[in-house]
Amino acid sequence: MNRNLIIGGLLSSLFVLAALLSFVWTPFDHAAMDIPAKLKLPGAPHWFGTDHFGRDMFSMIMVGARTSIAVALVAVGIGMALGVPLGLTAAARKGSWLDELIMRGNDLVFAFPSLVIAILITAVFGAGALNAIIAIGIFNIPVFARITRSAALSLWERDFILTARVSGKSSARISFEHILPNVMNLLIVQGTIQFSLGILAEAGLSYVGLGAQPPTPSWGRMLADAQTMVSFAPHLALVPGMAIILTVLGLNLMGDGLRDYLDPRLRVVRT
Amino acid sequence: MLRYALKRLLSLLLSLAVASLVIFFVIEVAPGDPASFMLGINAQPETVAALRSELGLDVAKWQRYLDWTGGMLTGDFGTSYTYRTPVAEMIRDRLWVSLPLALYALTLSTAIAFPAGIYAASRRGKPGDIAVMGATQIGVAVPNFWFAMMLVLIFAVNLRWFSAGGFAGWDTGVWTGIRSLTLPAISLALPQAAILARVMRSSLLDILGEDFMRTARAKGLSRRQALWRHGMRNALIPVLTIIGLQFSFLLAGSIIIEQVFYLPGLGRLVFQSISSRDLIVVESVVMLLVFSVILVNFLVDLAYALVDPRLRART
Amino acid sequence: MSLLTISDLSLSIHKIRILSDVSLTVEPGEIVAVTGESGSGKSMTALAVMQLLPDRARTTGSIRLNRTELTALPEPNLCAIRGSDIGMVFQEPMTALNPVKTIGDQVIETILVHKAMPPAEARARARDVLDRVGLPADRFPLSRYPHELSGGQRQRVVIAMAIALRPKLLIADEPTTALDVTTQAQILDLLKGLVADYGMGLLMITHDLAVVAEMADRIVVMRNGVVVETGQTRSLLTHMQHPYTRMLFEASGHRVKLPPAPEPQALLQVRNVSRDYRLPRTRLLADPGRFRALDDVSFTLNRGERLGLVGESGCGKSTLTRAILGLDPVQEGQILLDETPVFSGHRANSAVRRKMQVVFQDPFGSFNPRHRVERLITEPFFLLQSPPTGAERQAAIAESLVAVGLKPEDGGKYIHEFSGGQRQRIAIARALIIRPELIVFDEAVSALDVSVRAQILDLLADLCVAYNLSYLFISHDLSVVRTVTDRVLVMKSGRIVEQGDTETVFTAPRHPYTQSLIAAAPRLPDLESLKRSPHHA
Repeated sequence: MNRNLIIGGLLSSLFVLAALLSFVWTPFDHAAMDIPAKLKLPGAPHWFGTDHFGRDMFSMIMVGARTSIAVALVAVGIGMALGVPLGLTAAARKGSWLDELIMRGNDLVFAFPSLVIAILITAVFGAGALNAIIAIGIFNIPVFARITRSAALSLWERDFILTARVSGKSSARISFEHILPNVMNLLIVQGTIQFSLGILAEAGLSYVGLGAQPPTPSWGRMLADAQTMVSFAPHLALVPGMAIILTVLGLNLMGDGLRDYLDPRLRVVRT
Repeated sequence: MLRYALKRLLSLLLSLAVASLVIFFVIEVAPGDPASFMLGINAQPETVAALRSELGLDVAKWQRYLDWTGGMLTGDFGTSYTYRTPVAEMIRDRLWVSLPLALYALTLSTAIAFPAGIYAASRRGKPGDIAVMGATQIGVAVPNFWFAMMLVLIFAVNLRWFSAGGFAGWDTGVWTGIRSLTLPAISLALPQAAILARVMRSSLLDILGEDFMRTARAKGLSRRQALWRHGMRNALIPVLTIIGLQFSFLLAGSIIIEQVFYLPGLGRLVFQSISSRDLIVVESVVMLLVFSVILVNFLVDLAYALVDPRLRART
Repeated sequence: MSLLTISDLSLSIHKIRILSDVSLTVEPGEIVAVTGESGSGKSMTALAVMQLLPDRARTTGSIRLNRTELTALPEPNLCAIRGSDIGMVFQEPMTALNPVKTIGDQVIETILVHKAMPPAEARARARDVLDRVGLPADRFPLSRYPHELSGGQRQRVVIAMAIALRPKLLIADEPTTALDVTTQAQILDLLKGLVADYGMGLLMITHDLAVVAEMADRIVVMRNGVVVETGQTRSLLTHMQHPYTRMLFEASGHRVKLPPAPEPQALLQVRNVSRDYRLPRTRLLADPGRFRALDDVSFTLNRGERLGLVGESGCGKSTLTRAILGLDPVQEGQILLDETPVFSGHRANSAVRRKMQVVFQDPFGSFNPRHRVERLITEPFFLLQSPPTGAERQAAIAESLVAVGLKPEDGGKYIHEFSGGQRQRIAIARALIIRPELIVFDEAVSALDVSVRAQILDLLADLCVAYNLSYLFISHDLSVVRTVTDRVLVMKSGRIVEQGDTETVFTAPRHPYTQSLIAAAPRLPDLESLKRSPHHA
């Protein structure tokens, strides 16, 4: 165990717990307006203050954590579920037309930054949390495909793969039995990094109105709402901003800590 | 070298062709007919039909795809459904904001990241390194639009050094233009600089462990000389990749930042067009963004070959 | 006053003792060889002289170059000495050069960084030095890049960089370990010639005792960071004092006794096999060209026979191995095991595969680190239609582990709990478990220290008796092939240039290539005859 892993793990689990807790308890109803109590600064009983409708910011942050974590987590899931098999297949068929096709496809998706994908999807299907998930998820696919392929390729050079082939095992079986367990560490660390990037991306999409729609609370939209009032009520921007920063920081520290703990030589990518 | 460049160029053209197909057909499945949308629900069918033919919507899909891509090749991006003005003109005006902003941010990001990364790598494990790495860890976690809001709060609202937003255009002078792009550029650049500095540092540290660095030291080069003469060019290869990727993030990311600063760039154009279902504009702007990403990747590939003779040889 | 005097040098990293009270000297014009097995601290000693130790290394004791105490010297003065008074040659020529700079620039840099002469003269000197190390101007202009050169040529560039300023002391850390025997012989000759021409002292680090015996004026034997014995080459070879030295030399020349081979009866038949690889296109529309990796290869391996295959890197050994194992198809010819083709159609024939197993070189890369030994060694069971289960499976695991000298309990451990030699035993256990008719040993003992290598060779001989093994033993190490095979094939550029009874080929090679190969291979002197005739030098 190292310091990064502990601090990062604590920070991120804090937000995960807050999100889970919000299903059963929040200090106030996050949607309840209380106009007379609007724009209250942090203090009792509203620990993080209230917004321009007098809603309790603490409760909104808790419920908003739900949206952020759900979107980012599912997007990482999509990226892994599709990217890892693609990367394994490309590596197993290195140099073939299939490998070429997968890698060119990856390059193509990389040419559409996640925001552009989101814009395209929104233009067609309208805005919403589901579309944010799809946009971030699509963008995650080539990330996982690429790192899986490059890690798998170096494993395919190893002698233990040759002995497995001498034992008559098919490349699909070898990918599953020998390659996958040995890229797992890398996938866990990269998954943590993509999770944090997903939280940032979700916040950005919600901020420009392409993410979760009202009444679903989200940190990004809280910031969008705060924009016109930030000069006289800075806490409206500071509170959700800090929530995003601390969550992402926690996940990144956890990712670095996990890498040091599992295998310091792992090559993760961060863009 | 020439063969390498030609090969990359071929792959660039192929990517563009496929990307344009993807964009065109994604937009094509969009529900709703632009002509009916523009004329409202009470429009006469004949009027709608007339407008459809005027907009070129009444021909076969593949014909429209060819018209669209063929038009883009000659600089004709079609006519906006809502404004009835050529899309090319609209994009050109907006590009004068978005492109300088992305370049400005990229320059800032590189100018900050290189020294920071080199400094941290040369003081590995020492307090200087830990401080820089701590700062980048936070930089990576800060959403750029939130950072932009904080910059506005501090430098525009409180200190009044910059305006809080808007863009008067380049006609009012280059300095005025640069001034109004400064806060947006900083807010775009700092988070990217944090990532780039980390890449620079780890790339340099990787190189420091290479055998040829030890050879250089055995020749009598000091640590610093070995780092500059042998480490830097090799370390640049992964850094170039990231710079290439970052450019596309900056261009796309500027779409969000334009919202914060009310800048009349491509981003605002896209959002206006989505809400008015002016899909030809969306289509063209997305194509332009994708084109710029692919082009930058092509340039990065060429830069690789300049840095690494092994690539030049493999022609 | 010696050129280099190391006295009572101790070194530790993270409180782990690497060197203890190491003392040695090098005189001008003298070749001193430091030898020992891995972990002996020989390379660390070389780096200590260069003062290029890892940051966390702590040293005590003294290292003097003439009268200068190197351990007390500030870094800028050390930089002035490195490359100018002391030059160094490293083990891995493939990675020792900067890939993005020309060889000329890299040699010139040594001269310019010491401001020894103006740039134009430095250029001329670099040219001279490259000529001297055997890289003539017409084929190796200064503008060449490292990737355009072979390993041996790159090592010459590294040597050129090290000697450009005619240092008083040259340190060579395993300078030929990564090279083929014929290249090794040339590089060793070059180093000897440079020492003679320039009167340099040469401190040479090597694990290869045959190289040591041929090159060195004086020998220093190290073990676990301690100098166990040191002396003039001849007197050390004739009167070894320390048991470790004796063990080392005995293990290096270790011979095993194989049971006699049975009557010839073909097991593996390789008939007129050829394999081409497409080369990358050099011009846009030109024919890409082909590289013939195997060219009409034919031979037979008989049941119960131990067949050797020797050749230098790139001769087609690996391509042949992969073809025999059914990993890659061949384009022409046929490979038959027990009269059945290894490859039928586009698939490897699993009925044939089950009769073959393989043992690879790298004891660290041959096993999936995430599986236990019992799972690792039972992998070949996958080839069987009805693999043993339960108690039968456990018995098979235990039997093959015991056969290679390990304990049945070792099956529950992970691979990282074993040493290199033990891992090679496990690799052999894996190969034995399905009782294959043929085992391919692909450089199976090349990565091991001599003492461990001797044990594995003994194990092999024992298994030949117990299991009546037939194997193909592929190696670049002629002395090993000589002792563990009955017959040998010599391969060059994809062709088998000579084959025959092992002793006959080694004592009376017919093909010029075989002759040059055997001549180039450094030989341990016959210690007995050395002792009997102490007056011949």
